[in-house]
Amino acid sequence: MFIINCPYCGEREQSEFKAGGEAHIVRPKQPTELSDDEWAEYLFMRKNIKGVQFERWVHTHGCRKWFNVVRDTSNDVIKAVYKMGEKPPTK
Amino acid sequence: MNYSGLKIFWEGLTGNKGWNKVWKEPTPKKEYDIIIIGGGGHGLSTAYYLSNKFNVNNVAVLEKGWLGSGNIGRNTTIIRSNYLLPENQPFYEFSLKLWENLENDTNYNSMVSQRGVLNLFHSDGQRDAFVRRGNSMILSGADANLLNDVELKELCPYLDFENARFPIKGALLQKRGGTVRHDAVAWGYARGADAKGVDIIQNCEVDGFIIKNGKCIGVETNKGVIKAKKIASCVAGSSGKLMSKAGIRLPIESHVLQAFVSEGLKPILDNVITFGAGHFYVSQSDKGGLVFGGDIDGYNSYAQRGNLPVVEDVCEGGMAIMPMIGRARLLRMWGGIMDMSMDGSPFIDKTHIKGLYFNGGWCYGGFKATPASGYCYAHLLAKDEPHPVAEDYKLDRFLKGKIIDEKGQGAQPNLH
Repeated sequence: MFIINCPYCGEREQSEFKAGGEAHIVRPKQPTELSDDEWAEYLFMRKNIKGVQFERWVHTHGCRKWFNVVRDTSNDVIKAVYKMGEKPPTK
Repeated sequence: MNYSGLKIFWEGLTGNKGWNKVWKEPTPKKEYDIIIIGGGGHGLSTAYYLSNKFNVNNVAVLEKGWLGSGNIGRNTTIIRSNYLLPENQPFYEFSLKLWENLENDTNYNSMVSQRGVLNLFHSDGQRDAFVRRGNSMILSGADANLLNDVELKELCPYLDFENARFPIKGALLQKRGGTVRHDAVAWGYARGADAKGVDIIQNCEVDGFIIKNGKCIGVETNKGVIKAKKIASCVAGSSGKLMSKAGIRLPIESHVLQAFVSEGLKPILDNVITFGAGHFYVSQSDKGGLVFGGDIDGYNSYAQRGNLPVVEDVCEGGMAIMPMIGRARLLRMWGGIMDMSMDGSPFIDKTHIKGLYFNGGWCYGGFKATPASGYCYAHLLAKDEPHPVAEDYKLDRFLKGKIIDEKGQGAQPNLH
């Protein structure tokens, strides 16, 4: 089990959280104008990185807020957390 | 060398000196007809069926570690064909038929044991769903029996039929389902492919693809460049990592799934029991250990280890239906990395890059599919058209809205 530092509540056990997958996938502004390929690309395709990944988590059994986490998926070490709308850390 | 009872008897009398190496350790050639990336269950079965059924022998299997070091060596060994959807059930029934003849085909003792797979149900609604599933199975040529609680009690008297939350009302039984010695599957396929001239190259990691004018013509490895007319990715678990080297994004996330073995016990469980409502399934190995598992941990990860909350959840599931195992001790547990596709179903398809093929997205159901996956992939590679039972496992099904959502749970990996 790992500890996640919720930007609103502080350090809590991972079992309080739920993973929400890859972060910073921007919803297309005009979905009606997309081709099926572009829409599927937005909805379903993932980078699925082995290494440092930017992803979303939600503190389900806590403040219920969404936030971003930078985690190394090869060893589950969390590098940083930051709020929704904030710029991702560069290092 | 053919294995037989007589051979074992003779070797026993003469000091076991006549056993040879089961496969060679070749150095890679400059070029092959087909390169299969991944020497796990699916890669080796693909190589086996290519060389033994489709007469394509100029094939190499590249494995980054040792043969069978992926999920073929770390699963819970269950085989069954109890699916519902018409895209899935004929494929898994085809697989079960191949399992039934596997030992004759490969002349290798893979200990296929058709001990029966039980799916427990707990309510009228669930019984109706299982009747429907059973009918779908029978339509595909598989077997299915619906047991009521009295019949199930005769088979498994130790289950907690009076459980307050999930009282057990019966089960859907597939008698032809069961378990297989998982490592022996890899070894049997490797031996059969090697005997037909396939090069199985271990400790050979693919670092990149050589793509010219939209055509994949070879791979870069730690043993140098190897060219081929067709390159076949077969690395479920690491599909995202490998295919990103060709610039391909997939509708797949890698997730960790844990499995568990208890200490060795006397024979208590002669079939496979799955408790879907509580995310728990169990069988007993021939060594006596209870082999069981549950759900994925639920987040994108390549770390081959899981977390304690899932351990607790799985053990609670076990205690809910089989209180008698409460005093058994857990001997070991481990995590394997699954290709979790967005709809819970796999892919056996060409990619948009000519000469590059893809097999993956097996979620946590890859083991039972091993023979059919290899057969259908070999069919696709040899003939360039999909095998009829696997023609819906296409990469573009997400573009066309033809999602195969067996559980009906929606398009997110951690829902399946």
